[in-house]
Amino acid sequence: MSRTAVNLRGWGRRAGLVGLLAVALGATACKGMSGEKEGAAGSGGAAPSTGPIKVGHYASLTGNEATFGVSTDNGIRLAVEERNAAGGVKGRKIELKTLDTASQAAQGGTVVTRLISQDKVVAVLGEVASSISLAGGQVAQQLGVPMISPSSTNLKVTAIGDKIFRVCFTDDFQAYVIAKFLRDDLKLDRVAILHDQQQAYSKGLADDFRKIFVELGGTIAGDQTYTGGNPDVSAQLQTIKSAGAQAVFLPGYYTDAGNYMQQAKKMGLTVPFLGGDGWDSAELIKIAGDAIEGSYYSNHYSHQDERPEVQKFVATYKAKFGAVPDGLAALGYDAARVLFDAMERAPSLGGADLAAAIAATKDFPGVTGAITIDGNRNAQKKAVILQVKDGVPTYVTSIWPKGMAPADDAAAGSGDGSAAAAGSADGSAAAAPADGSAAPLGLQGGLGGGGDGTGAGDGEGGGMGRGKGTGMGKADRKAEPLPTKMDPDDGGE
Amino acid sequence: MTTLLQTLVSALSLGSVYALIALGYTLVYGVLRFINFAHSDVFTLGAWSAVSVAGAIGWSVTGGGHFALPVVLAASMAICAVVGVTIEALAYRPLRRAPRLNVLITAIGVSLLMQNVGQLRWAFGPTPTASPRLMTDHTVTTLAGVRIGTVDVAIVELAVMLMLCLEVLVYRTRLGRAMRAVSFDERTASLMGINVNRVVSITFAIGSALAAAAGVIYTMKYPTVGQPADATWILLGLKAFIAAVVGGIGNVRGAVAGAMMIAGLEKFGAAYVSSRMENVYVFAVLILVLLLRPSGLFGRAVVEKV
Amino acid sequence: MRTLAERVAAAAAERTVGQRLGAAFGAAWPLAIGIAIAVVLQTAVAPALGDYHARVLLDAGIAILVASSLNIVNGFAGQFSIGHAGFMLLGGYAAAVVTYYGSIKLWGSPLVHGGFLGSGDWLFLGACVIGGLVAAVAGLVVGLPSLRLRGDYLAIVTLGFGEICRVVVQLSADVVPAAEVGDRSIVELANNVGGALGFSPPPPTYVSPTPWLGGTGHAGIFFVFALVAVVLIVAHRLKRSSGGRALLAVRENEIAAEAMGIDTSRAKVVAFVLAAFFAGIGGALYAHEFGVTLGPKDLGFQKSIDLVIIVVLGGMGSISGVVLSATILTILPELFREFAQYRMPIYALALIVVMILRPQGLLGVKELWELSIWGRLWRRLRGRSA
Repeated sequence: MSRTAVNLRGWGRRAGLVGLLAVALGATACKGMSGEKEGAAGSGGAAPSTGPIKVGHYASLTGNEATFGVSTDNGIRLAVEERNAAGGVKGRKIELKTLDTASQAAQGGTVVTRLISQDKVVAVLGEVASSISLAGGQVAQQLGVPMISPSSTNLKVTAIGDKIFRVCFTDDFQAYVIAKFLRDDLKLDRVAILHDQQQAYSKGLADDFRKIFVELGGTIAGDQTYTGGNPDVSAQLQTIKSAGAQAVFLPGYYTDAGNYMQQAKKMGLTVPFLGGDGWDSAELIKIAGDAIEGSYYSNHYSHQDERPEVQKFVATYKAKFGAVPDGLAALGYDAARVLFDAMERAPSLGGADLAAAIAATKDFPGVTGAITIDGNRNAQKKAVILQVKDGVPTYVTSIWPKGMAPADDAAAGSGDGSAAAAGSADGSAAAAPADGSAAPLGLQGGLGGGGDGTGAGDGEGGGMGRGKGTGMGKADRKAEPLPTKMDPDDGGE
Repeated sequence: MTTLLQTLVSALSLGSVYALIALGYTLVYGVLRFINFAHSDVFTLGAWSAVSVAGAIGWSVTGGGHFALPVVLAASMAICAVVGVTIEALAYRPLRRAPRLNVLITAIGVSLLMQNVGQLRWAFGPTPTASPRLMTDHTVTTLAGVRIGTVDVAIVELAVMLMLCLEVLVYRTRLGRAMRAVSFDERTASLMGINVNRVVSITFAIGSALAAAAGVIYTMKYPTVGQPADATWILLGLKAFIAAVVGGIGNVRGAVAGAMMIAGLEKFGAAYVSSRMENVYVFAVLILVLLLRPSGLFGRAVVEKV
Repeated sequence: MRTLAERVAAAAAERTVGQRLGAAFGAAWPLAIGIAIAVVLQTAVAPALGDYHARVLLDAGIAILVASSLNIVNGFAGQFSIGHAGFMLLGGYAAAVVTYYGSIKLWGSPLVHGGFLGSGDWLFLGACVIGGLVAAVAGLVVGLPSLRLRGDYLAIVTLGFGEICRVVVQLSADVVPAAEVGDRSIVELANNVGGALGFSPPPPTYVSPTPWLGGTGHAGIFFVFALVAVVLIVAHRLKRSSGGRALLAVRENEIAAEAMGIDTSRAKVVAFVLAAFFAGIGGALYAHEFGVTLGPKDLGFQKSIDLVIIVVLGGMGSISGVVLSATILTILPELFREFAQYRMPIYALALIVVMILRPQGLLGVKELWELSIWGRLWRRLRGRSA
């Protein structure tokens, strides 16, 4: 009797728990059923073929990295609005669904699952942070829906599989650009590194830079770390100062970079600082003040670029969101437009077709430069090096990916220029890689006065002439074009 | 020598910020015996108020001469004092008799609310911004290659001044005596005719105003103000809290000493050992201090009554 | 008609050695039922829910598991811990090292080996246990200060512990790809867990809520809910045992408990170790939820706070209350996701309001079936039928 009593009690309590679980499940299940009937089907292939085309975006709208998520989302929203105003894709409107990841990688996976299996999006855009893109990308790949990351620079992101793309350049390329610029242009031997050990972006750039710079014959003088957001790095800067570095590579975000450059200046460490695209923001110069004078950073574009599509983008963005777009907004805008372009070209909006169409993107005239997707699903595009002069980021030089020759690009560019639909704006952009984009970052001497022209490509011949030979296997650096070689009419038409 | 002096200067500035925040933690803990997790967000609010006020008047770029600092400081302290009192009245007072864990969760809720509302576009927005230039930073002197600017001097002066005011308030006035009485035994204090709610409100106002001052000092020294939900604020608040604990929570002088210790430890550790572990030092010392002297370095051991 | 409480009291009073054995034998039944439920969830419920809701179900399961473990130390023993995510982090990374590098060592590839309950799944289960053990050792280390520290001070130590765990993991080296592992030992490879980027090697070898889709994952929902059953049964039996009552006594009044002859030191340390062990298992499940995806930032202070919120909201010491609140607090933020930037403010506001209106949590210290509402309902029903 007593034994059964014990057992029964076990049952009774167990039943209580069971009931509880059932209630919990019921709640989830009801949501599932009421939400969407086809939800049960599972995989993401079942997007409806009429009505608006759904596109998902997962971003950090809250939490530590909200700055980046909100900027990117603004850029994407602008692209969607413009596309819808111009008739949408395949005659259908685009519907954007943005969901918050709260800056956490694990939530990235959940959100992408939801976008694909619940909201039936045909493609996913996002994330900024590589760690979150890695979690989301695995889901997108598994469920067979293409994903374009606007700005995750870590190599591993697109290595996930054939559905994962990006429109920004990768860490190793950017590190290469800066290392090469330091060695070839500035001719410096001893460079210090100060990177954020808690940011995968910063650490990735620092690791690649360290390797490449040493390969190129340089010496790392002082290898220091900081913890993102820590207001004071005087100890690290002091070490760098006593190590006698000729320049400091500071691959972090602009918030920290601006602060640290001011500290360095106050400490009498006056060597130039170098950074990556994480520096790109109108706030950088406000934060750093005059301490940033003479420092360099690599970037996708500059909002002071006079190319018409850049200026149009900057103007509409400003009108809509009341702020100068940063690099992330521009990349979000480009990622969305690359996607729409691919959708238009793709025979269907199924995952495989769409991924193939994205992979075939060639010389797409983006705000951040001409975008070509390579075999590893990374964007092949040049990086520009900017130097802050009189408080304005000023163009210094362009550096191309290894093996990608500017002359080839000029040829491709001019060919595409005529084919591009959007008229003069696109034409000049396509030609830009020739080195025209090179030109006109605002207040640069004679170029600034160059008027309405973008100073865009001076054509094939010019490109060839100045290309240092093509198949070198190393990147070719383009010299800054002389004003006389510019053809102001090109973009002005 | 240069490194030593440089580290000392930066530890002093950082220590001043920590100390002012730690005082708020210590005051509230002393009176109500609970960790006000939303305190670091009041500090954030102080910094952002400085940015907003200076921006509204138009001092954010040009500087407002001698008036800028006092006006912005006063405005920011007033805003935070009002917010602090409101938080106490709405969120904490209903839970005065509830278990401490509940108050703690509520405090976390308030903290989350402040961070995420601050991040909204119509509030401060999700973007970091540049600090206002509240005073020009002249070089006062250069010692062994280390530059000491007016800002460095002003920060320490301001912090010391505020701490002295607090010291006088707590140990030399009737109000201070009431605060200490409530801290010692709330019920007896109320029987003795002390208006406990009023004392608690004033404590929150003072603590929040000090956090606001820390925020303003922060904007003076460092050129970036992170967005309201930035992990930086939480970490700074956490370190200040640790400073209060190490110094013996509930002890005003201990909080200041603890803050200077923590800042020194962090900066000297980074300069002389390795910058990779600067946060680990702080947490490791916290654990060590608590194990060896559970009530903090300057705290009195509490004998538990049965 | 004796009430439930009377029967429990009577049973507790007349327990003999034989009955204790019977109770131990009886433990197999609830477990069998738990596993049966896990099977149903995996094979019938999850497919009907679809990918996303199945995933939320998986998340809820893990939240239940970890929150229940925190409930042992926080709810039963009253030892306030706000570094519980640190145990998850240790367990998660330890398990991820075992499954990723272990599979490479054993089979030359990090892919899942074998089908359901095949060799890959046994490795995974082994990894969960190892993750639990690693966390348990840490629990012992954190539990020892609890002998000296009380209340808030202990909370701060646990907080410091959690932060140290996170920073140390963030400083680790990159993940070694399968081809480069060679004959490096597992211990040596334990430092290669990806640092700030997180441990996320590309091939998706994961505990999938819906493994029938890709066929590459572990049967996630089954494993999670089977382990949830284990944890709930242990927690339940602990609460009813003399050891559990000792914990409750420590919670209510430590000095009085000690005066009554309870070894409070032992009780507290045991609570910490047990809670850490299950949190480590929870971390292992969390780590494998989608691929080996584990970011140090995901298991920081914020996560610890989320767990404390679940326990307090459910009612300190109430097992079913914690299950309920873990489920609600997993689903609620998902529903709020629609609100984008307004999601977190709403969540925070809801939290404050609930704490003010219902400070004892949803169920207080009671269990769901101990609520007076059932008795009233029963009486009303009986009255109507009579």
